[in-house]
Amino acid sequence: MSFSDPSPLSAAPGASVRAVHDEFHGDLLEVSMGPHHPSTHGVFRMMVTLDGETVVKLKPVFGYLHRNHEKIGENTSYLGSMPYTDRLDYLCSMTNNWAYALAVEKLAGQAVPERAEYLRVILAELTRLLNHTCLAGFLLQDCGASGTPLMYAFREREKILDLFESLSGSRMMCNYQRFGGCRVDAPAGWLDAARALTDGYGSFLDEYEALLTGNEILMARTQGIGCLSAKLAVSAGVTGPLLRAAGVAYDLRKVDGYGFYPRFDFRVPLGAHGDTYDRYMVRVLEMRESIRILQQALRDIPAGPIMDPKAKLRGFRPKPGEVYSRIEGPKGEIGFHLISEGGPNPYRYRVRPPSLINLTILEDLCLGHSIADAVVILGSIDIVLGEVDR
Amino acid sequence: MSEPAPSSPPTLTDAERAELRRQGILLTSMEELYNWGRSHSVWPLQFGLACCAIEMIAASMARFDIARFGSEVFRPSPRQADLLIVSGTVTKKMTPQVVRLWNQMPEPKYCIAMGACAISGGPFKQGYNVLKGIDRFIPVDIYIPGCPPRPEALLHGLMQLQEKIRGQKISGPGAPRHLQADTTCEYPVPDFGEHDLVPPQNPAVWQPPVIVRKEGA
Repeated sequence: MSFSDPSPLSAAPGASVRAVHDEFHGDLLEVSMGPHHPSTHGVFRMMVTLDGETVVKLKPVFGYLHRNHEKIGENTSYLGSMPYTDRLDYLCSMTNNWAYALAVEKLAGQAVPERAEYLRVILAELTRLLNHTCLAGFLLQDCGASGTPLMYAFREREKILDLFESLSGSRMMCNYQRFGGCRVDAPAGWLDAARALTDGYGSFLDEYEALLTGNEILMARTQGIGCLSAKLAVSAGVTGPLLRAAGVAYDLRKVDGYGFYPRFDFRVPLGAHGDTYDRYMVRVLEMRESIRILQQALRDIPAGPIMDPKAKLRGFRPKPGEVYSRIEGPKGEIGFHLISEGGPNPYRYRVRPPSLINLTILEDLCLGHSIADAVVILGSIDIVLGEVDR
Repeated sequence: MSEPAPSSPPTLTDAERAELRRQGILLTSMEELYNWGRSHSVWPLQFGLACCAIEMIAASMARFDIARFGSEVFRPSPRQADLLIVSGTVTKKMTPQVVRLWNQMPEPKYCIAMGACAISGGPFKQGYNVLKGIDRFIPVDIYIPGCPPRPEALLHGLMQLQEKIRGQKISGPGAPRHLQADTTCEYPVPDFGEHDLVPPQNPAVWQPPVIVRKEGA
């Protein structure tokens, strides 16, 4: 698509729409969607060039939520950064905690007791359920089903948040993992409550799927929309459900086998077309596998300590070194790269955020589709701006 | 208190009015009726910034049900909204847009600073790109502490705002901003300067605290 470079924005402050004239294609319209737009999942901005309703160019604008997470991490003790990781991807604080704890444990060579490893798996899979349920609700919201699907999703989310709250004291910002284990043990009756939730979740999914999966409107809005090829996905570094929806069998729980995941029997669902519908479907199937992992973990969890007795939290100074550690978060590979010079703070603290890297292919997915589909495609990529901008 | 002017009607105390209400006689004033109506239809702007926005959404869902307070109508356009809930970290890059949104809202309008970041920068206060409180640029009515505040806290903040609206006069020197002829709805939108926002705060709504030190201390 060739057209003259957009002219500078008009002099009116806050101008968000302008016409770009091109002698071959007539008038194109440049629309600034965001940073305040109900469908951009936070303060994300897209500069969209439209030919009629069709997207011919899309330029994402980042940084409206850049809150200096990495720089603050370099000036904070290792333990002090743990609560900040909660606020990266604020829907999935438990998996962020785990990824960071894993990186520091690798740096310091710490072991984790068996019960803590089981608790981590349980919490990570509950987080995956929470994230994917909310994603399905928001995706339907983006399709125009205002309210109802999201209400169903948030009803289930509240049940999981109740579990998180009774365990860690906070609904969203759990700050639960520690280097060498977990902060507190599960209170009496917690595991039974988690079992009850896990056993009931399948029937919720059945209900949700009965409403959505075969729904004609959802299929019309998502099938064949925003196709992602396996080649592009791999070369762009896309991970998580997006990559698996494109048909690439790559799940760090299988590839790296971190934690106790090799002990559990679960499958990795794959998509065939890589379109928005596949991305929705892969997440639904992943939730079913998460329920299987949860049932196994809640059955096998042993009694015992939850903290390595040799672990040192205060005045923690790992020996000099460099480490990168990653886990399969609900949105993709979340990794932490730490460089230690032996001091109380990391010399360099870098987050590999799955949302940001998955978002880089947004233009490729949206080109040629209508502006309403661009909203749905953005919803299916599943971004959280806290993690994109950090 | 001075003697009321002979021409002004005798006023009822709240207790007397409540007693009359029990007897089935409803006496009200224009002011009370107007504020009662306004306080139960506060429409927030559908505007999420960061983590707190998720709790704001949770407050509007079935469990917490913000509709009980008449505020379930989240409007996507600032032109239709009465309440700006600043739900999350305001970065310096985002500040001009937030102030612009506030300017686009018609009076009477109210602002809730939800969460530690919107109040003061919160845990990210030391960040070079983080605004240390949205009250530096727009007047805030209610502050809700927490990181993030629970949905119940947001509902409590909303009830406090309703209380505030019910207490507002519709005439006289104590009238709110939108009923005074000489006040403006427009607040200056800051620019991106070389190192910081220009100006870094709006002196009309926020002044740095004056630190008083005793002699020799």
